Amino acid sequence: MTFSDFIFKNLQEFWHLTGFYNATWEHLVMLVVGLFFIWLAIKKNFEPMLLVPIGFGILIGNIPFNTTAGLEIGIYEEGSVLNILYNGVSAGWYPPLIFLGIGAMTDFSALIANPKLMLIGAAAQFGIFGAYMVALLLGFAPDQAGAIAIIGGADGPTAIFLSSKLAPNLMGAIAVSAYSYMALVPVIQPPLMRLFTTKNERLIKMKPARAVSQDEKIIFPIVGMILTCFVVPSGIPLLGMLFFGNLLRECGVTNRLAKTASNALTDIVTILLGMTVGASTQASEFLTSETIRIFLLGFMAFVIASSSGVLFVKVFNLFLPKSKKINPLIGNAGVSAVPMSARISNNLGLEYDPSNYLLMHAMGPNVAGVIGSAVAAGVLLGFLA
Amino acid sequence: MNFTLFLTQNMQLKHHRIIVLFIALAAGFGLLSAQGRRGLRINEVMIANDSTSVVDDFGRYQAWVELFNSTFGPLEISSVYLTNDSTNPTMYPVPLGDVNTEIPTRQHVLFWADGEPNKGTFHTNFTFTPGRDNYIAIFDADGKTLIDEIVVPAELLPGQSYARKQDGLGGTGNAEAWEIRDGSDQKYITPSSNNVIRSTNSKVDMFAEQDKNGVGMAIMAMCIVFAALLVLAVCFLILNKIGESVSRRRKMKAIADTDHADTDHAREQDSGEVIAAIAMALRDHLEAHDRETTVLTINKVRRAYSPWSSKIYSMRELPKL
Repeated sequence: MTFSDFIFKNLQEFWHLTGFYNATWEHLVMLVVGLFFIWLAIKKNFEPMLLVPIGFGILIGNIPFNTTAGLEIGIYEEGSVLNILYNGVSAGWYPPLIFLGIGAMTDFSALIANPKLMLIGAAAQFGIFGAYMVALLLGFAPDQAGAIAIIGGADGPTAIFLSSKLAPNLMGAIAVSAYSYMALVPVIQPPLMRLFTTKNERLIKMKPARAVSQDEKIIFPIVGMILTCFVVPSGIPLLGMLFFGNLLRECGVTNRLAKTASNALTDIVTILLGMTVGASTQASEFLTSETIRIFLLGFMAFVIASSSGVLFVKVFNLFLPKSKKINPLIGNAGVSAVPMSARISNNLGLEYDPSNYLLMHAMGPNVAGVIGSAVAAGVLLGFLA
Repeated sequence: MNFTLFLTQNMQLKHHRIIVLFIALAAGFGLLSAQGRRGLRINEVMIANDSTSVVDDFGRYQAWVELFNSTFGPLEISSVYLTNDSTNPTMYPVPLGDVNTEIPTRQHVLFWADGEPNKGTFHTNFTFTPGRDNYIAIFDADGKTLIDEIVVPAELLPGQSYARKQDGLGGTGNAEAWEIRDGSDQKYITPSSNNVIRSTNSKVDMFAEQDKNGVGMAIMAMCIVFAALLVLAVCFLILNKIGESVSRRRKMKAIADTDHADTDHAREQDSGEVIAAIAMALRDHLEAHDRETTVLTINKVRRAYSPWSSKIYSMRELPKL
């Protein structure tokens, strides 16, 4: 072999390792999708905390490379750095940590002051089981249908947790779908809320919630955890961490822990979760007809969930005295996109009556939705795992 | 309070805390133990291996005992005892130091009952006697705590095994949970493998067969979700009522106490002389300060603060030297 042959051969080998050589149209499509997510987050301010890590993760996961070279760089190659980080998703331990942070961030006062709002959070879970039925019709197996349907709970961590247990092969599509629709709450929910409510209903003013004592706030996570986990033990990882985080916040003697759980820890896990979920959408795994069906089912689940929350309030109002009527605009908040869907309720309420602040009322069903979707995930896990 | 009394009270408090901590730790370790080796199960036994079953590492057909880790974590079984004699629980201690004595989650390990322990860790120092009942038991490392036992019936023929109907299930010494297997299609013999071979998830299959359109799942799951949140709502409605009643009672008591105190105070001190004295004192006081209303005094409050000495940044106070 001459020296020039040696140079040429090595350069040729190097060329075969580059992204330019290994690129396919699927990779390019996914790169565009990643860029679109980043654009949505930065320019349109759609859930930037989620969409920037996911969008950039999609870019990382779809850089073409020679998968047969054994470079240990792909997210699905055992031992690679991305694979190690992905363990939190595949083994399902990132979502409970996120729930710990959510618990430490969330003030359950609105719910404690008006416990009947919890039922709105339960009603919104119709979206999950409506989507489950349609998924079965489309030919998905029951376990896969359950994993897809949970998108209707509008809870990214729960969707990841459940899909990692029931349908690991669909997790990338389910996670991206769940987070996409969570980001699109301001686009999807208002038309539905307008469609299912009359002008008079939108003007209902609710009484301000009573002040909740410190003791009640401490009792809530303890009783809440015990009761819900007794009903659905398979929800322990999510519900246990959610209520634990809330106890750290409310007990008054663990402020440092609550602060860490709600800030640093949540931020770290969000970064890792978002990035690895994005990177898991490798074109070869992601661009399939199943993904399109999952996105359609997710959209439908979200629509059913939002609508059923609003419609449930309307039915509920039939049984309530006039002074205690609930504004159906808070029904959409039964999905657990906290606090975005509660803010949507508030904004829409203000649009029709500038003095009608619904935010705190909507936070009740909103956090009940978090509990409800975790319970629903526990039910699906119990039945299908 | 004298020093001795203070010390005694503190000691009592400390003892109290130590006792509570001890009980908590004991309960914790008890649970750990319950979830650990107590999950070891005798799963399948062959008393007479007639050359239709598996051979050991030396190519011989020997009687075998299959142990099953029924827990959802790896189980280290070294130093537990295997025995075929209820009067001698420490017959064969599983040797220490063999990496293979850790049984992975929901997996099996096979012991050869050939009476030749010098052939390796998994060869016991006892054998079985075909044609009569054979007792087999596992005892924990203390040689007293029974983990599992079973009596293999005498009617077991050569080449047949005695196995749990479902891996690890049925409790200890419960013959109802066991069956004789002859190697036929329905009663297969499975050394070092699951007694029940499942190619699919039975729960998923059941839902796919019985609930094709998902209505059953939707009804059941929504009932459970509503029940969970309804229970929580009812519980907090009750707590709300109790809280409201307690706060109302406290408020009433506070108002009553204030009224009572005001009445007593008024009765005792509501005299013209006292009021006149207060009024004079106030007048003197206010007049004295009237001249100073435009004087502003600012004192610099000096605090020697540094993050290095701040308690906020440390878990506890520095040790006192």
